[in-house]
Amino acid sequence: MFGLKPDAALELPENYYVLDDYEKGIARWCDGCGDHAVLASVQKLCREEQLDPVKTVFVSGIGCSSRFPHYMNTYGFHGLHGRAFPVACGIKHRRPDLDVFVITGDGDCCSIGAGAWIHAIRYNVNLTVMLFNNEIYGLTKKQQSPTSRIGTVSNTTPRGSILPPLDPMQVTLGVANASFVAQTADWNPAHMHATIKAAHAHKGFSFVHILQRCPIFQPELVNELTSNRDNICYLKDDNGITVSEDIEKTFKHSAPHDPSDINGARQLAASEEKIYLGLFYQGKNKENYDDYGAHNLGVTVEEKTAMLNAEFDKYGI
Amino acid sequence: MSVTTELKEKVTQKGNKAIRLSEHIVEIVSDSGEGAQKCGQSFASISAKMGNGVWTVEIIPAEIQPPARTREGASGIRIRIGSEKVTNMGNEANLVVAFNEQVPYGRIDQSAYTEGTIMLIESKWAEEASDSIRESYAEALKDFNERGYEVIEVPMEKECLKLVKNPRKGKNMWVLGMLCEIYSRDIGRAEAQIKQIFRKKSDTIINSNIDLLHAGYKWAKENLDFEYEITPMELDEQLVVMNGNEAVGMGVIASGMEVCSMYPITPATSASHYLADVFESAGGVVHQAEDEIAAVGFAIGSSYSGKTAVTITSGPGIALKTEFLGLAAMAEVPLVIVDVQRGGPSTGLPTKVEQSDLLAILYGQTGDAPKIVMAMATIEECFHFVILARKIADSFRTPVYLLTDANLATGQQPFARPKIQRDWFAPPVDQSPWKEGVTPFNWDPETGLSKRPIPGQSGGIYTLTGLAHDTKGKVSYNPDNNQKTSELRSKKLATFKRTLKPPTINGEESGDLLIVSWGSTLGSIEEAVGLAQKEGLKVSSIHLRFLSPLEPGLKEIFSRFKKVMTIEINYSDKADADGITEDNRRYAQLAWILRARTLVDVDCYSNVMGQPLSPKKVLREIKQRINK
Ligand SMILES: Cc1ncc(C[n+]2csc(CCOP(=O)(O)OP(=O)(O)O)c2C)c(N)n1
Ligand SMILES: [Mg+2]
Repeated sequence: MFGLKPDAALELPENYYVLDDYEKGIARWCDGCGDHAVLASVQKLCREEQLDPVKTVFVSGIGCSSRFPHYMNTYGFHGLHGRAFPVACGIKHRRPDLDVFVITGDGDCCSIGAGAWIHAIRYNVNLTVMLFNNEIYGLTKKQQSPTSRIGTVSNTTPRGSILPPLDPMQVTLGVANASFVAQTADWNPAHMHATIKAAHAHKGFSFVHILQRCPIFQPELVNELTSNRDNICYLKDDNGITVSEDIEKTFKHSAPHDPSDINGARQLAASEEKIYLGLFYQGKNKENYDDYGAHNLGVTVEEKTAMLNAEFDKYGI
Repeated sequence: MSVTTELKEKVTQKGNKAIRLSEHIVEIVSDSGEGAQKCGQSFASISAKMGNGVWTVEIIPAEIQPPARTREGASGIRIRIGSEKVTNMGNEANLVVAFNEQVPYGRIDQSAYTEGTIMLIESKWAEEASDSIRESYAEALKDFNERGYEVIEVPMEKECLKLVKNPRKGKNMWVLGMLCEIYSRDIGRAEAQIKQIFRKKSDTIINSNIDLLHAGYKWAKENLDFEYEITPMELDEQLVVMNGNEAVGMGVIASGMEVCSMYPITPATSASHYLADVFESAGGVVHQAEDEIAAVGFAIGSSYSGKTAVTITSGPGIALKTEFLGLAAMAEVPLVIVDVQRGGPSTGLPTKVEQSDLLAILYGQTGDAPKIVMAMATIEECFHFVILARKIADSFRTPVYLLTDANLATGQQPFARPKIQRDWFAPPVDQSPWKEGVTPFNWDPETGLSKRPIPGQSGGIYTLTGLAHDTKGKVSYNPDNNQKTSELRSKKLATFKRTLKPPTINGEESGDLLIVSWGSTLGSIEEAVGLAQKEGLKVSSIHLRFLSPLEPGLKEIFSRFKKVMTIEINYSDKADADGITEDNRRYAQLAWILRARTLVDVDCYSNVMGQPLSPKKVLREIKQRINK
């Protein structure tokens, strides 16, 4: 290794992971797709946190974004459309040692998977969840999504969609036991990275709503979001998502917000004036369903046999 | 001597000793919520503990609170007690305890009673304030007499009122006392049973129920002129008695599975109730998911990252789980699915028995989704098959389906106390390094088998996908790869089939008629076939436990019989029904499969009356077919 003496190498941690260790294959997303940026950020997070690839699992549904696990050199579960949450909860339930991430799209999460999504928030299992919201169905080629704005022209709404969009932030903040709810944008890599990192550090269902670019099916929206700095507002708080001063300066607007204030968070989410980026809400000491799942691991065969024999005694003749 | 003549003689010869019987069928029917089932289950347990053969069938109305005093509301239980092992619910009841005069009609509609059936009926209705109730009571009694039942009026509530304020609540234990006296049951065991069922209640409640038990016993002694004795078996082994869902629950524990992920649905739920009560102390957890899709998804996630998990459901739940079950087949995730079948389609008959999910289970997925399917025939198998299913799921890296039904779920039967074996329990989750050079889908070309990596195993990294994939688990749309991997997944069934033996034939190896059956009908069918054989008919039967792959050797066995037919509890067109021809007749579910598998013209008898089959009905069918 570049002239390093073997004894010098010993000073490195036994297994120091580099970015390469988390990369697999070539991501087959379109040029300019926001998914590339998220992938890079997540791989960087893995290296920064030195996550053991063998103990890390990426779970997804179906969609362009849900291809994500195939590009991570970790364990992965690319399952069914809308069903990443139950699978991820099942994986984590008896494996507290695994670090589990969920990748889901706006159709995957907010439409077909809406039921599972709501309940997953309530279970508050220790998962890092990234919702890739491009406000459109990508994989199936441009149909409206529940998060599409009114007037979205798509292949199923050629004259423009007519219903108001569902806001994933308001929904999540409305569910009992919500514990970490943040919003970021893929075209601000520094903010996105800080957000994902904070989400990963949180114990519980850490929900990161990522505004994600789809330049192929939503070019005008991408243009509007990325060029109009008036709309976007940075949420500033010491307990929130913090970025360097340089990055902070890239925001035209910023506003204070205490992330322990859930009502304030709901108001921000409901605001039609601005899109706020940052940590909306973080609740501590919430019930984690996976704590229950793992509470009785390791019962031995002898103990099970004794327990069953006691049952047979009860039912014995 | 029929029971009726026995009884009549008895009544005229007071003071005689108890009449010895080889078996009796008792029913307790009431409005729902009057505790008839608790009474009957206790009576069955006491009898089983005394060494009698026992089989129970619950009589369950579809609604939780059906209107009182109606035939639709008939709720209760049938208990068949014998000197030998009892394998089914039998034919008509010998003795019925009825809490009002309307509920027996719910059973009369099902031909559950016959001339000579003794009916012990609550007499308080004769003194009701309401004219219409008094009239309908008198009318029914007249009708029961005309039908030839031996009607005996019993002042149940009146007697209970001497001890308790609310006789509606304690009446069932008073009736238990009465039955214990009639059938010469050990009153000490009955007391112990009451202590067991009310163990979570206060001493006051326990004592009050014991008082009622004794009062019922005493009343019967003083007022009834007949007493029976059903000689118990010589027990040379230890037995346990439980219902099929409890047996499934214990099987889950004994299999070493640690996650049961479910969504409540009748008649499957009580298996999870049982587990919820005791599973934690055996290192397990029950997850009640938000729906069946999530339930199976959770189970699959759990299996993928650790020990094989189980999901327990019934027909409508199976329908919802379909897409995930396809994923389990495609991605080869071991999983145990228990389907406690009920009447379908749709919400159907939630509390009644049917064997209607077979084709849905076999063919419910899109594409080719090979799987292993087993059906339990007895309560004992409800226990042992779960253990076997878990092992098969692990070794064949596949979903394994267990088909049980409403009849087994709630029926109680004693069976040999299982001798727990170490190798029943799933081994700890493998976290040793994955063998270098071995791919995550390293299919053996001969058997289709491969071993799966589990997250945490170094060197085993892969992304599980429901998309077509190659040996590395990588998405592949290559035509040859898809053809080949489909063949490999299918091959596992051929491999598994090589481990199976042809079914044993109940009766002669050849003859005029062969009955083929599956699931909970075993007892009735073998009893009927036995009777037919005694009458000299050349009929035999086989009972299948493995439905996918089918047990081997069927075609050869079929070739030795002039006719082959299935008997099942699901829908089929009757061959001679109006408008039904050979060209359009729809067959019972197993019959379809056997016809396709063997190219033999397999006939069938089936119905969807929501009832277990009685031996009498089966015998009638045998005679009809054999004479045709
Ligand atoms: C049960 C089922 N229904 C429909 C589909 C087809 N389908 C695949 S992805 C998708 C929508 C994807 O949109 P989204 O979740 O927003 O992900 P994106 O592609 O935009 O990242 C649909 C409808 C499917 N795979 N499964
Ligand atoms: Mg989308």
